[in-house]
Amino acid sequence: MKILVPIKQVPDTATQVKIGADPKGIDTTGITWIVSPYDEYAVEEALRIKEKRGQGEVVAVTLGSERAKEALRSCLAMGADRALHLSDPAWENADTLTVARALAAVIKQEAPQLVLFGRQAIDDDMGAMPAQVAELLGWPCASWIMEETISDDGKSVRAGRQVEGALDIFNIPLPCVLSAQKGLNEPRYPTLKGIMGAKKKEIKDVKAADLGLAADGAQLLVVALEALPPRPPGRVIPGEPAEAVKELVRSLREDAKAI
Amino acid sequence: MVGAFWCIVEDDRAGRPKKVTGEVLGEATRLARQLGGQVEAVWLTDKASEEGLKQLAEWGAARVWLLEDPALGPYRGEVWTPPLAELAAKYGVQAIFGAVTARQRELLARLAARLGVGLSADSVSFSVQDGKLVATRPVYAGKLLSKVTWSKPPWLATLRPNVFKPEDPKAGATPQVERPSVAIPQGTMTLAERKEEVSTGLPELTEADIVVSGGRGMKGPENFVILEELAKVIGAAVGASRAAVDAGWRPHRFQIGQTGRTISPKLYLGFGISGAIQHLAGMRTSKIIVAVNKDPEAPIFKIADYGIVGDLFEVVPLLAQEFKRLLEK
Repeated sequence: MKILVPIKQVPDTATQVKIGADPKGIDTTGITWIVSPYDEYAVEEALRIKEKRGQGEVVAVTLGSERAKEALRSCLAMGADRALHLSDPAWENADTLTVARALAAVIKQEAPQLVLFGRQAIDDDMGAMPAQVAELLGWPCASWIMEETISDDGKSVRAGRQVEGALDIFNIPLPCVLSAQKGLNEPRYPTLKGIMGAKKKEIKDVKAADLGLAADGAQLLVVALEALPPRPPGRVIPGEPAEAVKELVRSLREDAKAI
Repeated sequence: MVGAFWCIVEDDRAGRPKKVTGEVLGEATRLARQLGGQVEAVWLTDKASEEGLKQLAEWGAARVWLLEDPALGPYRGEVWTPPLAELAAKYGVQAIFGAVTARQRELLARLAARLGVGLSADSVSFSVQDGKLVATRPVYAGKLLSKVTWSKPPWLATLRPNVFKPEDPKAGATPQVERPSVAIPQGTMTLAERKEEVSTGLPELTEADIVVSGGRGMKGPENFVILEELAKVIGAAVGASRAAVDAGWRPHRFQIGQTGRTISPKLYLGFGISGAIQHLAGMRTSKIIVAVNKDPEAPIFKIADYGIVGDLFEVVPLLAQEFKRLLEK
């Protein structure tokens, strides 16, 4: 079974992101880049499916700058078999839909049985990519999955999707798109052998023309990034716990009218 | 004629629209006053109800497009998207708004791809500039805000729950219900089983008006019972920091922060939470923030409206007692 895992390189969660000189983007100086954490669940799950079935291929894909190759290398170190790096001037300033179209096109060429995403990339937090790619391919999709089992015949998957107050377990014919929620698995750390081996694995460059795509204008336009409005200064309530609690409850009721 | 604002109905799967639909209709109503266009609800369901339709009218829907079909329950994106896209194109709508819920965050994404338009997911405010809609949405887990606009209509957006206000209900309003004729695909995926979460009897985290949350300072899973008792007194949901979740003290669905849920309750009370940047990102937009922590240097105090430096194991029971006394009055 061939499984394709689209991933994205993002700033580490501990990063204090700052607005860049061009206010449409961030200042990238000094940032530590990582594979978006949800994407790691997707890579891990793909590797487990391959291991459980005893055969198959896991292909990591990303669209991004030259630096994004490092993220692909991390996936190869975890155990992915090969990687595709989509990079082209036509995709500069690409919005979600443009990337979705590029991914859908590469998926058509690769023809995997399963596409596993992370539920969202933790930079733009749009969370739309898995569903958009599924729509463009005309495939079913289950977002935010917490568990999955591929049928023995490899023709369908049973996947549990997290919804408000429940886990909805769907039977879905393959090919389909799934997106991983935290809790699906615990991603492995690359071993030294894995890291060494990753250097020999293929990262293939893919251009827009290879996919029969031309530049299409972004549909969602970023006007500017803005800092958060500061919160009004707060106060620490002094005193013994019993007194402080009384004063807190009074303030919440009378001043903040929060209860 | 200016196209309509369509608001996708989020229901409880039993024929009752949820509160967040009132919030979405409320924001659409305010924007329609500036941009023109009628505000309409679109309800895809296998089970509508008269009361539900009436509720939508009271929340300000001038018209309700009702697609009622057994294939529409439970939600499946592959089934809901085609009829919705067909109708949106046919009636030339100006905007399609949904709520940030499990179903609609996926539905609106699929719909945007099918219509070839932009989507502003998880929007927290809107403005009108030069006759065009501009949305504000948190990025980098709420560390920054991004202002976005669309290159062409319909403008698709999902709205974060608990952020927008419903309009005052129009008592006695009756809905104008349209049942459009449109093909609904049967779909390929099938629901095998629904595993309901064991009910805590407490509200859902992202919908709750009040959230109490525990971190590493809770010291162990068994101690969350004191937060649950406090939560029962004030009708709150119970959340947790990543530290508490990664330690295995609480299930993932209760995690607040960058790799968990983002919440905007009226009142947030954090206990034994230091305030790592990725946690603050998930609760910074709460209206009132209360922090209780032993460490006076904990970063959470920098964004808290009220703080108590002290032992949570002393403070939490006292707080429950004091709230009880207040609410019994």
